[in-house]
Amino acid sequence: MVYALPNLTDDSYFITLMIFSGINAIVAIGLCILMGSAGQVSLGQAGFYGIGAYASSVLSQSFGLPVVISMLCAAVISGIAAVILAAPSLRLKGHYLAVATLGFGEIIHIILNEFGPGGPSGFGDIPALSAGGFVLTTPAHVAWVVWGILLLLMIFSLNMLNARPGRALRALHGSETACNAMGLDVVGLKIKVFVLSAVYASIAGSLYAHYVSFISPSSFTLFHSVLLLMMVVLGGITTVWGGLVGAVIITLLPETLKAFEELDVLVYGLILTLSLLFLRRGIVPIVTAKIHSLLVRRNA
Amino acid sequence: MLTVFLQFLFSGLTVGSVYALVGMGFNIIYNATSIINLAQGEFVVIGGLLMWFFLESCKLPFLLAVALTILSAGLVALIMERLTIRPLKTNDLLIMIMVTVAVAIVMRGLLMFKFGKEPYSFAAFTEGDPLVIGGAVIQLQTLWVLGITGTCILALYAFFNLTIAGKAMRACSFDPTAASLVGIPVSRMIMFSFILSAMVGAIGGIAITPISLMEYDKGPMLAVKGFCAAMMGGLGRGRGAVVGGLTIGVLESMTAGYIHSGLKDAVALLILLSILFFRPAGLFGNAAMQRLKGH
Amino acid sequence: MMNFFKATLAVTLLLMISVSFAAAQEPIRIGAILSVTGAASFLGEPEKNTVIMLKEQINKAGGINGRPLEVIVEDSKSDETQAVLAAKKLIERDKVVAIIGPSTTGESMAVISTMMQNKVMLISAAAGTGITLPVKERYWIFKTAQYDMSAVEAIYYELKKKGIVKVGIITITTGFGDAGRKALQEIASQYGISIVADERYGPKDSDMTAQLTKIRAAGAQAVINWSVGPGQVVVTKNWHALKMGIPLYQSHGWGSKKNIELAGKAAEGVIAPLGRVVIWDKLPEKHIQKALLKKYVTEYEARFKGEPGQFGAHAYDAMQMIAEALKKVGPDRQKLRDYVENNLKNWPGAGGVYNMSPSDHCGLDKNAFEMVVVKNGDWMLLK
Repeated sequence: MVYALPNLTDDSYFITLMIFSGINAIVAIGLCILMGSAGQVSLGQAGFYGIGAYASSVLSQSFGLPVVISMLCAAVISGIAAVILAAPSLRLKGHYLAVATLGFGEIIHIILNEFGPGGPSGFGDIPALSAGGFVLTTPAHVAWVVWGILLLLMIFSLNMLNARPGRALRALHGSETACNAMGLDVVGLKIKVFVLSAVYASIAGSLYAHYVSFISPSSFTLFHSVLLLMMVVLGGITTVWGGLVGAVIITLLPETLKAFEELDVLVYGLILTLSLLFLRRGIVPIVTAKIHSLLVRRNA
Repeated sequence: MLTVFLQFLFSGLTVGSVYALVGMGFNIIYNATSIINLAQGEFVVIGGLLMWFFLESCKLPFLLAVALTILSAGLVALIMERLTIRPLKTNDLLIMIMVTVAVAIVMRGLLMFKFGKEPYSFAAFTEGDPLVIGGAVIQLQTLWVLGITGTCILALYAFFNLTIAGKAMRACSFDPTAASLVGIPVSRMIMFSFILSAMVGAIGGIAITPISLMEYDKGPMLAVKGFCAAMMGGLGRGRGAVVGGLTIGVLESMTAGYIHSGLKDAVALLILLSILFFRPAGLFGNAAMQRLKGH
Repeated sequence: MMNFFKATLAVTLLLMISVSFAAAQEPIRIGAILSVTGAASFLGEPEKNTVIMLKEQINKAGGINGRPLEVIVEDSKSDETQAVLAAKKLIERDKVVAIIGPSTTGESMAVISTMMQNKVMLISAAAGTGITLPVKERYWIFKTAQYDMSAVEAIYYELKKKGIVKVGIITITTGFGDAGRKALQEIASQYGISIVADERYGPKDSDMTAQLTKIRAAGAQAVINWSVGPGQVVVTKNWHALKMGIPLYQSHGWGSKKNIELAGKAAEGVIAPLGRVVIWDKLPEKHIQKALLKKYVTEYEARFKGEPGQFGAHAYDAMQMIAEALKKVGPDRQKLRDYVENNLKNWPGAGGVYNMSPSDHCGLDKNAFEMVVVKNGDWMLLK
């Protein structure tokens, strides 16, 4: 099916940027639901991302499972890890939950370093994405698949947030005590959201590994978790669109700053600081509010 | 056997005292603002690198270099607070924490630009052979770090509990509105807390550089360890950070010694997690206090 | 009609001339993916400086057969994802004819599939064995960094001479340390050496006394540390403070005067296999590498802060190989590759004397190293 899709551009550098943006966006929208709707912070998302990448790679490379099956198994493994982490962490709030997830992410990083195939050197020759005998060879095909999966997850997330679970989540963000009083299963809900975000991260990790075909623990560090958090905060945590926009911006930004050479880190930091200062609510909520007010004025 | 154990213990104390000093900086800002300042590690780096600059590059006398380094770090914190934290005017802790992350990136960029990427070091405070206790050696600089950590704790304790300014600073954290109602200049207190924590961080940087060297990108690792130390002891608890830091340090070196050095960070983190799970307010935290602060 | 035909002909001719004229001036583009910032910036920094310096020298001397040489340096920030992006950009956007780098083994491994798919030569500056092996699957990939195995062989050869059979190894948990650890374990038995302790530490750790104590308690007769960056200085200081009484061997990453400076008197007696770029002034005049090393190092030190070191030399050789190939066969990706594979025999570079072949895309062995000991704050050849 993917083969039938048009090649919009031959520039594989641009396409690769789109692939990485899409992969980051998948993690970011999961994080958005967790943070924006359920009010939980995670500094360990790179851990789930890493589990997804490693589990899927090992299953498909060493055990010869089809890539799609490997990715699903990896998602299940990440989900289980999320349950194990969520159960005791749920008693924690704010900074304490943050440090628990941070600890989890770091432990995963150490485990990959110590016991992952290849150790700190990582391992390569990971099979390319494929389904039912079709192997995705060109970046363009991979891009279509990544953005296709992203689209599906977006639709799923938006539907969920607009329906009953979403309302419950927002209530949870508002007041946990009230939720309890209303008879909502707060603990169950929190675990479900946590697992959902972990599964999103895992899928993204698997896509990354099968696309790049080489992974090492250095891609799955606390630094990446913080970067993911930055995407969500910059884009706006109150809507999953924020995660998408933030992910694309944060992925493209360093590429556009190449002209600054050694000063690019500095400029990057300055841009982040200024955006946080002046676009406090996040880019997407601000832009939608602007558009909304324009429309209202026109109608009035 | 005992010698080996003692050596592991000393090694753990060396590492732990570094974590403790960083952890204390977290507590000062947290006490006044409830913010976790993730640029704390960068203040430590600034301390180490500026000390090198004043001492080795400008050839200033030791004490003058120390004073200039601490003052400069305070100045950086003042600028940081004025330009980023104060204009923010939000209660959203997440945004504030992300701002500190962004500021940390800017600082790293500046440090790299000025100092390059290579590690720096200067001579230990006192010359001489390491101390030998029960066959195990302890570097003199470690004793300095421990002593400085202890002094900082006492000074901070006295400041927060005995002076009006210190008490006012703590009041700001408990309830900023009430604090401003009784006439405490809340925003000035927040600024002071940033300056103070930067100075403590810089002192830490000066003390540890002869042991562990210092380079522009050491900040994040120091911040993570210091944060864990503060968490283990209970956020906001001065001596908690010290006990937390030393505990993590000793746990790491015991794991390295008796289990496997590749797992030392993992074991320390696992223990931190179990403390969080079973005693969420930290070893010295007060659960009632945490509820009061709404965390 | 005839006039129109003539006019068209004239315009076409004119166009052709101007096009060919432009072609003569059009620069030849090569790319470099280097870890200029990030965790491996100690590699990328001297590599970038070297590449820029060589480019200017080549252009000043008339370029590549009259055409200027352009090197597009991409900073991979020591990050594998960034390295892949950089490779795609260099190939697709900048249409480079060959790529130097990346600086680390991980990043090199990450870009291999991109290079193979696009049929562009990569000369990596990283050491990992997997970069050029198996050669069959690395048709377009070469490297100028010696195999880690060669450095290990040089150390083990020395240990065997001294009758040392029990060693404790301590390695950093990065790709560099891990590759060294694997090589140390793999060939220990060939030299009759047993590894009695296998310790590790993180790249930003501040004290390794616990690990060294364990090595001493295990009865090791020598310590081998495999790392780059501040870790190797901290290990040296701890080794000295513990008065361990057994020799300390460092990897080939030790070859920077800065390390001696930072470790002070603790560095005395530390032994390491180093490339000749570090000790060029101690080489005999007639040594095949001496002249080029003297030129390279003195020019580098005059222009930049610091020394090129082992890692700068990797970039130097990669750049010189590509420049020579460009002069001989022109900017054709396939011909460049074939030239590097088949024509570099007994080829003196900064990192050693290369012998490239279809079965060896590195071309260096343990003879690329000299065993060097730190004496009175300076390097001294161990003989």
